[in-house]
This record gives sequence, C-alpha cells and structure tokens, in this order.
Amino acid sequence: MNEQTFNLDGQEIPFAAGQSVMQAALAAGVFVPHLCYHPEFRPHGSCKLCTMKINGRPATSCTTPAAAGMEVESDTPEILDTRRILLQMLLVEGNHFCPSCEKSGHCKLQALGYELGVMSPHFNHFYPDRPVDASHPDVLLDFNRCILCELCIRASAEVDGKNVFALSGRGIKKHLIVNAESGKLGDTDFALTDKAAQVCPVGVILPKHKGFAVPIGQRRFDAEPISAHVEEFKPIAAAAPRAGDKP
Amino acid sequence: MTDLETAAHPEQLRRVAIDPVTRVEGHGKVTLLLDEDNKVHQVRLHIVEFRGFEKFIQGRPYWEVPVMVQRLCGICPVSHHLAAAKALDMIVGATRLTPTADKIRRLMHYGQILQSHALHFFHLASPDLLFGFDSELAKRNVVGVIAAYPETAKKGVLLRKYGQEVIRVTAGKRVHGTGAIPGGVNKSLSADERDALLKDAYQMVTWSREAVALARQLFERDAAFSNAFGRFDAHSMSLVGTDGAMDLYHGGLRARAMGGEILFDHFDYTRYWDVIVEDVKPWSYMKFPFLRELGPEHGWYRVGPLTRVANCDFIPTPLADKERTDFLASPGAAGATLGYHWARMIEMLHAAEAIRDLLHDDDIAGADLVVGGERAGRGVGVIEAPRGTLIHHYRVDEHDQVIRANLIVSTTHNNQAMNEAIRQVARQYLDGREVTEGLLNHIEVAIRAFDPCLSCATHALGRMPLEVAIVSHDGTPVDRMTRGTDGRCTRE
Repeated sequence: MNEQTFNLDGQEIPFAAGQSVMQAALAAGVFVPHLCYHPEFRPHGSCKLCTMKINGRPATSCTTPAAAGMEVESDTPEILDTRRILLQMLLVEGNHFCPSCEKSGHCKLQALGYELGVMSPHFNHFYPDRPVDASHPDVLLDFNRCILCELCIRASAEVDGKNVFALSGRGIKKHLIVNAESGKLGDTDFALTDKAAQVCPVGVILPKHKGFAVPIGQRRFDAEPISAHVEEFKPIAAAAPRAGDKP
Repeated sequence: MTDLETAAHPEQLRRVAIDPVTRVEGHGKVTLLLDEDNKVHQVRLHIVEFRGFEKFIQGRPYWEVPVMVQRLCGICPVSHHLAAAKALDMIVGATRLTPTADKIRRLMHYGQILQSHALHFFHLASPDLLFGFDSELAKRNVVGVIAAYPETAKKGVLLRKYGQEVIRVTAGKRVHGTGAIPGGVNKSLSADERDALLKDAYQMVTWSREAVALARQLFERDAAFSNAFGRFDAHSMSLVGTDGAMDLYHGGLRARAMGGEILFDHFDYTRYWDVIVEDVKPWSYMKFPFLRELGPEHGWYRVGPLTRVANCDFIPTPLADKERTDFLASPGAAGATLGYHWARMIEMLHAAEAIRDLLHDDDIAGADLVVGGERAGRGVGVIEAPRGTLIHHYRVDEHDQVIRANLIVSTTHNNQAMNEAIRQVARQYLDGREVTEGLLNHIEVAIRAFDPCLSCATHALGRMPLEVAIVSHDGTPVDRMTRGTDGRCTRE
C-alpha cells in the first residue's frame, strides 16, 4: 500500500491513520512548538503554539487530523510571528521571573522563548497576585507560572484517578485551583509520584528541596535548543492507548 | 548626631549637590550646605535607592533565596549568593559542609574578591590616583587610564576576567550563577576545568603583587597627604578565623575600638543582633548600624579591606601576609581612608594565592556535594564580601516559605564612616573656598575609597551625568554646572 503524505513547508510528511498533523510532523523529526501537548495525553488545542496554516486556514496542528494531500505551512514569518506573540502574552499574563526560577533551563516556556527569539515581553505585565501554595510536605505549587495547559488536571484525573486540580473562573480570571475544601494541596491525597507531578511544562508543580540541584550547563535545555529534543515529543506507538482514550 | 550632620539653620544656607556620585556602584548623592562665605555647615551622603528585597523574598521557598537575592548586585552577587546559602545551611541543618562543598564555595568567593577588587582599583579608583583628584576631567576615567597606562589597564582587565572565570566554573555563570545550594554545592570541578584555571593562576599572583606595589607607591609618594585625606578615627569590625587569620568566607566577629583594643572577639555571628543594632535616619534609605555596647552616638564602625587587613592577626598566604606586615609598618596607613586601596590590593593578592592553592587541592574534584540534618526555623549567614561584612538573616516557616529576611550589606556598615570621611574632606578642602569640579571630586574620591555599592545595583559603564546647582539662601540661583554623559562640563 502506498504511504499517505501531506506537504509541510515543501517536505512530504508520511502519516498513519488517526495521527494529527503535529504528531506526523514530530514522528518525521520536524519540531513543532507546543506547551499543552504531551505524547501520553490526548490533544488539547489550548496553547495554540502549534498553530499552522493548513490548506490556507490557521488551525492547531495538534487537533487537526492529517489528511493526504494537505498543504501545510509552519516555518513561515507569519506563523512564527503569531507564535512569538502567543508566547509574549503568556509571559506577561503570569509572573515569569526566569532569573530566580528553579525550572529555568528545564522550562518549555523559556526554551520556546529562546527557540522563537522572544527578546522582550512586548506587552505590559499583568503582575497578578498569585500566592504560593506550600502546604504539601513534598510539593510546592507556584501558581505565578501557570499557563493553563491543563496537563496536571488531565494527568490527575485520567492517570492518577484523583482529580486534584481544576480550572476556575472565566476569561482572563481563569485560574488553576486545588480540589480541596481548604483549596490547599496539603489537604489532598496528591503525591510526588503522581503523574500530575511530572507533566507541568513550566514551574508550577515542583518537588520541594530540590531547586537548583542541577548545575547550569547540565539542565535539560542548556546544551541544545528545544527543537533538538524532538525525539522526546514523538507520539507514542499507535497501538498503545493514550491517557484519556475511551475504552 | 555628629558634627556637620545637621546644620542649625539650614534654611539660610545654599545647597550644593553631587548627584549622582560617580564611579561607584549604585546611585547616591551628596549634599553640602554652605553659607555666604562658603563655610560648610552640613554634609550628607544620601542613598536614594530603595532595595526592597527583604519584603519580596517573603513567601518564597527557602531554596530559591540564594539565587534570587544575589540579584541585588551585578558586581558581587557571589557574596550575596554565598551569605544566603550559609544562612540556609542552618535551615537545612547542615552544620558542617563536605570538604568539597566548603572548598568549592571558597574558590567561588576568592574569584569574587579577585574580580571585584580588580574592577574597583583599576577601573574606578585608578583614574583619581594616577592622574590626581583635580586633574583634567576628560582624562580622569578608565579610558584615560587605558591610553596613558595601557599595560596596567590590561592587567586590571585580565585580573577581573580571571576572577569571573573562577566564578563561572564554580557557579555555572560569570554573573548570577547557581553553584551554592542549601547544604552544599551543585557541582565540583572537572580535571579540565581545574587545569584551565591553573594555567593562568600563577600569572594572577604575579600581577596581583604588582598591583600591591602600585597601590603602595601611590599611597607613599605623598604619605602625609595620603594619611591625612579624609582621615577619621573609627571602631572596626570583621570576621576572623578561629586562629585569628584573615578568613573572608567564615569565622567569628571581631570588633576593635578606635584605639585598637578588642571590644569582642570570635563572636558567634548567628547572634549578631546581640552586638549590632541598626538605626535609621530620615534623610537616607540606608540604615546606620552601630555597636550595641557603645550606642548610636559613638558605636558606628568601619568594615572592609582596611579593617580586615588590620583586624586579623595574620593572612594565611605568605605573599599577602608579607605585604600586610609592610602595610602595618607604614605609619598611619592602617587608619587612612586612602589606605583602603592599598589594603584592597593586599586582599586581591591573598585571593589570587588562595585560588592557586585551592586548585591544587584534590577536594575540589570530589563527588560528595551536599549534606543535611535537622531542620531549623532561623538561619544567619555572614561572609566578608569585597566591601566588608555581609549579613543575611532568614526565618523560614514549617511550609518552607521565608517569613522574614534581614540583610545588612557591607556598605550599610560603612554608612556613618563614609559620611565622616566626606565631612572631613569638606572641612579640609572645601571650607571657605569657591566650589569647583575638582574640589567636589575630592568628596567623591573619599567615597570611592570605600568602594561602596550604594544600592547593591549593577554597574553603569561610562560617566553618569552630574548637575551641581548653587542656590543662595533666598532661593536665587547663583551658579550651575552640568556634566554630560560625554564627561564635558558646562557652566550656565
């Protein structure tokens, strides 16, 4: 049987049935910027960083099924500008102080900022007031850095079966909350070994007492830009069920 | 309140402002109140920046503190990084670091001392010392030094570069690294890193010796002037090792009265508040610490290289110790404001020797990096930063969040001393004379001797603009002089 392909920036990308444009691109070794996507979870389509022009229309490539003969633009000045603006909006909406953040060097938001050449925040900072939740003995929650990707919500509900996290509020007031009467993580059964503790792409969910233990130069994105880590983001084998897939 | 701090009738006096003071770290200004005969009635060094770190560190997790608070400064961030780490060692119960962690931190600290002292002497102070305090303004800067003394300037630049490289290798970055963590460090040195640093280590010792010789020569070419300029008597304080040695990383507090007698010795710095109290004055953001035993009026003191070299019993590296002996034998030098430069270069030599020796120590390549112990709620870290004793004090709650922080930085200890120095200079050189740029620079020279970090802020390259306005007692402008960023002065 002939392999089905679509055209991405002049390159023919093969895809398997059921794969999204982004999954096919990643499988072919083409890096696609993303924050809310995780290979072990269903596509979410909320961060919009994977936006491409598909058959002439902007669409999130993580939620668009690949189809034979598609014409897809990704690495164009227009798309890159859009991604930069999205990153800049995320950076001013929260309090992202990379110089003193222990996730620095491991953070996908920061790494994408470098990757896409975000040289300034451009927009006015919101400086929201988001107190830290340090009530859990092993885990710190620093809401200042939340980008509302919902990976922790999905992991806690779909893998851990705990429903520790949720979003509350609407529009610009939307924010991450902890599902406990007190609102404190220390009053939940959350554990450092939970999947939800492993998936945060930024510096919200952090193991306590470990900050800065990895020296500069040995951190995840020190040696190579995030685009060189494409292997880590490749989709899991099609046969294996993903978190959240209906049985 | 000391003489010349507050004039009896300021409303009848005219005001001369040096704003900002140049070739120092951060932003400060000096105001002089003069009468119609140019007699000085009031002199104040104002620190007009607000720091605020004590407040916004509250609520943050304790392990973030050494990385965050070092952002106070771009010149000596390592000092804040290490003082905070030492305080947090107490929080995590690390009563004794591993030999590797202790020596890597010391290496980092000596790199800091080397680069900061080189920066101050060659880039900031040498234009005054080499050309004269009231020499041609256009030449009196680091560019002028490079043009007139290219070899000296080059060595100064390379000494600083080497210190920065020691910091990079131990902390991960030349400025604002992450090497020290609560209970230890996050890396040791690889063989390649050690060998790369060793390649130039001996050259740095040689150049540092030459720098001491230059500082000494500049002091002694007119020893009477050097001894008298901005001179005042003061108590002094610094850390010393258990054996009385100069120890810039760790030790007990030793204070001497202005007569030389010891007020307290090997005092446990984790209870510094038993011997030091901070006073506030309405005209400055910077506090005025004093020795509790002597009270606010008479208890102010001096810290920094001048104090440390004189206060210790010996320097534990031979070349620097020999220079210390010569320095103390020079009559009056150990109490002279301009003696700071000579003492600073002796410390730079000590740092170069210590770096060389540590690079030969196998412990710096060890793998045992971090220790822990019983958690505590309070931590105090004290270190001798390039500019003097630096105190970091934190309280951490049961959820690992900082609930209180207090920092007493080196320049704060010297606040009253710097005010005394400029008052003395005002009496000596300005009283009754027409104000000129050269005379005003005498005030700045006295301040620069302390190498103050007025805001613990980053250093600005180039000449900062200066405006001096003289207004008569009835508010009528009498004279106005401005200096642009190109260094040119214009009189309106």
